[in-house]
Amino acid sequence: MSIISRGFSGRRSAADVKLPPGQYLTTDFPVLSAGPTPHVPLDRWEFTIDDGTDVLRRWDWKSFRDLPSETITADLHCVTRWSKLGTSWEGVSLDTMLAYVKTDASYALVRSYGDYTTNLPLKDLMNNQAWIAFRFDGKDLAPEHGGPARLLVPHLYLWKSAKWVRGITLMHQDKPGFWESLGYHIYGDPWREQRYSGDE
Amino acid sequence: MWRVGTVVALHDETATARTITLEVPDWPDHVAGQHVDVRLTASDGYSAVRSYSIASAPNSERRVELTVERLTNGEVSPYLTQQVAVGDRLELRGPIGRWFVWRTQQTEPIQLVAGGSGLVPLMAMIRSRAAAGSTAPFRLLYSVREPGAAFYRGELQALSDLDPSVTLTYAYTRAAPKDWPRPPGRIDATLIAHRTWPSNLVPTCYVCGPTSFVESVSSLLTASGNDPDKIRTERFGPTGERQ
Repeated sequence: MSIISRGFSGRRSAADVKLPPGQYLTTDFPVLSAGPTPHVPLDRWEFTIDDGTDVLRRWDWKSFRDLPSETITADLHCVTRWSKLGTSWEGVSLDTMLAYVKTDASYALVRSYGDYTTNLPLKDLMNNQAWIAFRFDGKDLAPEHGGPARLLVPHLYLWKSAKWVRGITLMHQDKPGFWESLGYHIYGDPWREQRYSGDE
Repeated sequence: MWRVGTVVALHDETATARTITLEVPDWPDHVAGQHVDVRLTASDGYSAVRSYSIASAPNSERRVELTVERLTNGEVSPYLTQQVAVGDRLELRGPIGRWFVWRTQQTEPIQLVAGGSGLVPLMAMIRSRAAAGSTAPFRLLYSVREPGAAFYRGELQALSDLDPSVTLTYAYTRAAPKDWPRPPGRIDATLIAHRTWPSNLVPTCYVCGPTSFVESVSSLLTASGNDPDKIRTERFGPTGERQ
């Protein structure tokens, strides 16, 4: 039972826009990150998939960009409550990249330059739901938005779409990443409003 | 999960910012730097939620102070800064966040850099340090548009007069007081070199403000030798309403 805020009417979204609970619409692109923006030169950039012990596959920038890419239109939902609809990206599907490795792992820890990590079930990175994106709105991805390349996994809150990605560690047991160790939800489905640990 | 706080005091910090003091009977202790979500609900059930940093130090009175900057076209901040009255009840959730926090056990030098209303969580750290009797050396570099836009000026001066290990530097971006030594301008490498801790003292840095401010200051801190791992940031965009 909520308390009515005397005299508050609020600003509602257009009736035909369906947002996850507790979100509001924005047209700009706010930034949320925990520390300074890493600047990663392309000639030193690499992306690896490992199993915690061995590197199973490695790409440098050129071999990564040689992979087939696709354009993606996605709605973004940030845990700080803004949503931005219909954003346009270009990236490589993780289905394409994961096809190069054999694994029976169930979880993934996504690793970033700057030591950020985030965890998710491996199946959430598959089936045309997740990309390594390198272009936003037709332009190379700016460092403050995660360039040169970031994970894009738009069906979860945006902190799961790790910026400045450098690889994925495949795991048999789930292991909380950075925000997940600091009070945020282990899975983060915006439609179930899984913001903080303790949310169902 | 939603707690109910009663507004017990209101205080204007500037022409556009107001501090709201809430009494929250079931408030658990918070840590300096944490934020709360505030929920407003209209009579037809429509609700809007925004995050606000806590300005107050943890205290035994179960009081929580929020300083809210009014944003033009904001949905929640105009209500909080203009309509809320003493005696009103507000719903809040929290305290939230375990990254952008300063704990009283920390003894290393602390560098705080605030842009505008980004001072709020850093003020909680300064207040928490004073309340706990900590001797950790603190420096605050505070960038504001003009003298009238500064929050908590008198209290900061008093705290710093009382304790030489808290030092303050104001940086004015648009208009400085008469006879101010530095012309108005953004924080630059010279100011970082002269008014923040030398990086060889390995300070922990907390930077809070608008996105472009945080980007610029954290790059300057890194360039002057601070390890990126020692720089914690909190940003808010024009629509973020997070302070």
